[in-house]
Amino acid sequence: MTPTYYLLLSALLFSIGAVGVLVRRNAIVVFMCIELMLNAVNLSLVTFARINADLDGQVMAFFVMVVAAAEVVVGLAIIMAIFRTRRSASIDDTNLLKY
Amino acid sequence: MNPFLAQQVQTVDAPGIDWGAILPMVIVFGAACVGVLIEAFVPKHQRWSGQVVLTLGSIAAAGIALGAYVSGRPSHGVLTMAGTLSIDTPALFLWGTLLALSVAAVLMIADRSVEPGGSFVAQAGIAPGTVQDRAQVQSTGMQTEVFPLALFALGGMMAFTAANDLLTMFIALEVLSLPLYLMCGLARRRRLLSQEAAVKYFLLGAFASAFFLYGLAMLYGYAGSVKLADIATAAAGTDRSDTLLFAGLGLLMVGLLFKGSVGPFHTWTPDVYQGAPTPVTAFMAACTKVAAFGGILRVLTVAFEATSWEWRGVMWAVAIISMAVGAVLGLTQTDLKRMIAYSSIAHAGFLLIGTMALTDEGLSGTLFYLLAYGFTTLAVFGVISLVRDSSGEATHLSAWAGLAKRSPLLAGVFTFLLLALAGIPLTSGFVGKFVVFSAALSDGMAPLVVIALVFSAVAAFFYLRVVVLMYFSEPASDGPTVSVPGAFTTASIALGVIVTLLLGLLPTFALDWAGAGGFALGG
Repeated sequence: MTPTYYLLLSALLFSIGAVGVLVRRNAIVVFMCIELMLNAVNLSLVTFARINADLDGQVMAFFVMVVAAAEVVVGLAIIMAIFRTRRSASIDDTNLLKY
Repeated sequence: MNPFLAQQVQTVDAPGIDWGAILPMVIVFGAACVGVLIEAFVPKHQRWSGQVVLTLGSIAAAGIALGAYVSGRPSHGVLTMAGTLSIDTPALFLWGTLLALSVAAVLMIADRSVEPGGSFVAQAGIAPGTVQDRAQVQSTGMQTEVFPLALFALGGMMAFTAANDLLTMFIALEVLSLPLYLMCGLARRRRLLSQEAAVKYFLLGAFASAFFLYGLAMLYGYAGSVKLADIATAAAGTDRSDTLLFAGLGLLMVGLLFKGSVGPFHTWTPDVYQGAPTPVTAFMAACTKVAAFGGILRVLTVAFEATSWEWRGVMWAVAIISMAVGAVLGLTQTDLKRMIAYSSIAHAGFLLIGTMALTDEGLSGTLFYLLAYGFTTLAVFGVISLVRDSSGEATHLSAWAGLAKRSPLLAGVFTFLLLALAGIPLTSGFVGKFVVFSAALSDGMAPLVVIALVFSAVAAFFYLRVVVLMYFSEPASDGPTVSVPGAFTTASIALGVIVTLLLGLLPTFALDWAGAGGFALGG
């Protein structure tokens, strides 16, 4: 089992997340795709910790989890506020500000 | 090998903390926590005064602590908290800048005379357009959580400019961003726009920080450490795969340039600047830019100086795109807040030129430019918040026609500030551009400086268009009124104007401080 495969998997997950952010229309799904990107990063951090044979990467993965949780709190609050107003979480509807 | 694994040591020595050096940051974070407690325990009608006193007092106390530290020990920087924070001259200068700017921004946030109850919503939970919402527009209440949020953002910015490893930088980036996302959505009027700005800023900001994080992971894989100095050592002399290094650097810079609203990563800026409550826009425009460019300067100088030949070409392109987008799209804007947003994108391009120079002149020039630009743009948003009609601020350009006849003082102040943004002599904007461009020239970036001069001439056109509109047009009969500002907004606009003028006339003092020393490298 070479760790490189995990790096490729994490790159794949990160790309799926990034494409999802760009193509999906629902704010919640976009947000989930961002979480997928963060967790893909966690996978590569842990893999690199294994390759470098130290613990820093694993500790960093915990930091990322905490930050991601804080981001969920703020993000869902904002999405909830706009959902209450518009009765929709589609990011195509939020189009008052342009040009 | 990791010492913990190799030796099986049971006791871990706590890293030393230089409390004197980090005291300003500790004061700001501590006051933010106290502010949260005030929200929880103090009755509603007393919160506003308590929060204002606490916020301004803590920023002043942090400023005093900073001043005492700087005057007591003019050292070449210390590394503290196990090398995660580097308190060196640029960090101290940026801290001073951030604290001074946030005093002015907090004064604007706290102002309740221009709009009864302030620019912030009384209760963010009420859905816009309902009966309760119309009632809360009339009420004088205010969501006072804004103050602790601003303090948390300020603390995050201070940590960001001093962060000496990428993980600390990432945490600080989130600590500064998350409160700003919320603050954007708290406008009292035009709440749909405000909430939309918050959603856009949040989704794009989280997207950008995911890129930053992936860059961090790649650089960790490359260097085996996220300390900036270790990355520099690894990049200077190894046969490791350059793919990881440059992919990591690229992804990292996407995250950082997004925060600085540079070039092709600017798309959030106009929407968020327009939609957010004006005091928050002022805070973001001034302080976030200072923090972001402080971070970019440190990362490029400390970690990637050895590889500058590889990345400089790309950064040239980014700077040119940023200046072009800012200057050309700024011409087409009809909303003042949006126009200033595009102006900030153009300024980000100018700042990037100084950042790329990687010389002592480039460093001090960029720091000076940040200080000058921050105060000017804060005062600009302060003036914008004063011109109002029945539905709130009148930010459409047409509403500003002939304003000089109605309020010569306001028009004069705004003209002076716009000239400073355009970089006319006797203002700080001129000195800032001069020092940044001359640093770039001496570092062999003459073509870029020529392009920058062309784009600053283009940008000058849309500033002057507003000046011409204010002085040489007939005022509309149903035009906006100019509110008489209360003490708070007056103080913050006056502060911005005085600093803009002083830095234009006597720039030596600030330039000397900015150039007093480079980044503490250390390991």
